[in-house]
Amino acid sequence: MNVSRHRRLEMVVRVDAIDFQPLETTAKVDGSFMNETAVSPILDVQGLEVHFGPLSDPVRAVDQVDFQIFPREIVALVGESGSGKSISALSIANLIPRPAGRIMGGKIFFHPPSPEGSGVTGALEILGLNDSELRKIRGEKIAYIFQEPATSLNPVFTVGWQVGEAVRLHRKGVKVKAEVGKLLADVGLPDPKHTAKAYPHELSGGMQQRAMIAMALACDPDLLVADEPTTALDVTVQKQILELLVELRDTRELSILLITHNLGIVADVADRVYVMNNGKMVESGETRSVLTNPQHDYTKKLLAAVPRLHK
Amino acid sequence: MNPLLKVENVSVRYGALEAVRSVSLSLAVGETLGLVGESGCGKSSLGRAILALEPVVAGRVGFNGVSVHTLKGAGLKQFRREAQMVFQDPFGSLNPRLSVGAAIEEVLFVHKLGGNRAGRRERAAALFEDVGLDPDWLSRYPHEFSGGQRQRIGIARALALEPKLLVADEPVSALDVSVQADIVQLLKKLQRERGLAYLFIGHDLAVVREMSDRIAVMFNGEIVETGTADQVCDDPQHDYTRKLLSAVPDIDTALA
Repeated sequence: MNVSRHRRLEMVVRVDAIDFQPLETTAKVDGSFMNETAVSPILDVQGLEVHFGPLSDPVRAVDQVDFQIFPREIVALVGESGSGKSISALSIANLIPRPAGRIMGGKIFFHPPSPEGSGVTGALEILGLNDSELRKIRGEKIAYIFQEPATSLNPVFTVGWQVGEAVRLHRKGVKVKAEVGKLLADVGLPDPKHTAKAYPHELSGGMQQRAMIAMALACDPDLLVADEPTTALDVTVQKQILELLVELRDTRELSILLITHNLGIVADVADRVYVMNNGKMVESGETRSVLTNPQHDYTKKLLAAVPRLHK
Repeated sequence: MNPLLKVENVSVRYGALEAVRSVSLSLAVGETLGLVGESGCGKSSLGRAILALEPVVAGRVGFNGVSVHTLKGAGLKQFRREAQMVFQDPFGSLNPRLSVGAAIEEVLFVHKLGGNRAGRRERAAALFEDVGLDPDWLSRYPHEFSGGQRQRIGIARALALEPKLLVADEPVSALDVSVQADIVQLLKKLQRERGLAYLFIGHDLAVVREMSDRIAVMFNGEIVETGTADQVCDDPQHDYTRKLLSAVPDIDTALA
């Protein structure tokens, strides 16, 4: 870690000290890795409100939404198209396209598990950061992968170049080629040297998504936001990608926000689940309890829509 | 009873690649056969070959006793009326510059059905109602509809010629679960009302089971297992079927 980067990060924290609020939210989370310890969330979204459309008659895409993600947790955010789940996810790194959308209210506290710099402990309020501060968060601390890997990848550059781009921009002094090879191997791509030279169209959908995950991991983020990462994939490939995400959570101590409409996936990998409908959070809880004992009518409807493998 | 569709030892080849290898299957009137497998297993190629959209290098596709790959001209046109396709991505299969009403009326015009312009419009409106859409929306364009609505339009377009067979190639894979369930219910309703036969292509066995009377599992260009939907899902015989089943994210399995 070089010094100038330290200084900038400290600045981020200092600038933000104005907005700093001690987090009261601590919770006991079930799970072998956190037994009996009170931990504070890595991400704490409070009262998020996002509007689209005319100022006079806005569409409330996200309406007073709260959610938390704890360290090394896989949290699922489920709902139908248009429920506001993707917009909530984009808000986390203040990525709502302007001027189409407007974040009208709320706070997003980001609390990196191991703050860099001199033992600074505290949360950044993401919505209060300026563009250069945000650049330090995006990619470095919070990374994204999306549904269609083919449209997220640039068709005219090799996979290796694109994975290396993040390394070149964010991690000065690191040997790019070696790091790219390591990242590609980490996400389970065969023959990293060869794959690095391939163009996106030469890879299958599953391999493209692995390459996207490698890009997302390039700066060793604390939080990975995965927006329907397997919806465009076959069930067999989907299973492999989900297994990879769980493995990365364990090996890299990642926290993952997984956006999906598939409750089967939620049951398979998520520790906790939030259910969104019409811009509102209608239910949340530990995965098993929400899926076996849903409280809200919408959750029940969503569960009833899931095709069951065995009658 | 003679099957509506009888596929015998059909092979499809792209250059050196044999995408479909000597596949045989049959489908009766009013029946649904699910065809499952991964990307690249040849299921879509087989579906296209059945509709004579792809040449076969060996074997025969019999539809009502006629070999479809020998059809030409008027005979082929008649076959197109009786066997139609529903695609995965309805947005990609609708012309963005035609109103959805015009897209359906065009089909009727080409096949000289529905009489004059007013008659065709009336038929299009009736089809819209059949698939659960408001006929007032016929003048709208594809981008004005949601994914689920577009798939309903794709189904209405396919039904315009009153076919006996629908090949549905992953018709719900791009949709949300709740919308998926709606489209599955719609397809079942239309089947009851019209006695349609479906070849339902998919990769998710849970969805395919929901739709199908029988299921054929395809792997590497070949059919490795066929049986009733219950047999294939509850008592799979082939290793590949077991692998496909274990890949489906299933609430009951995960929480068991």
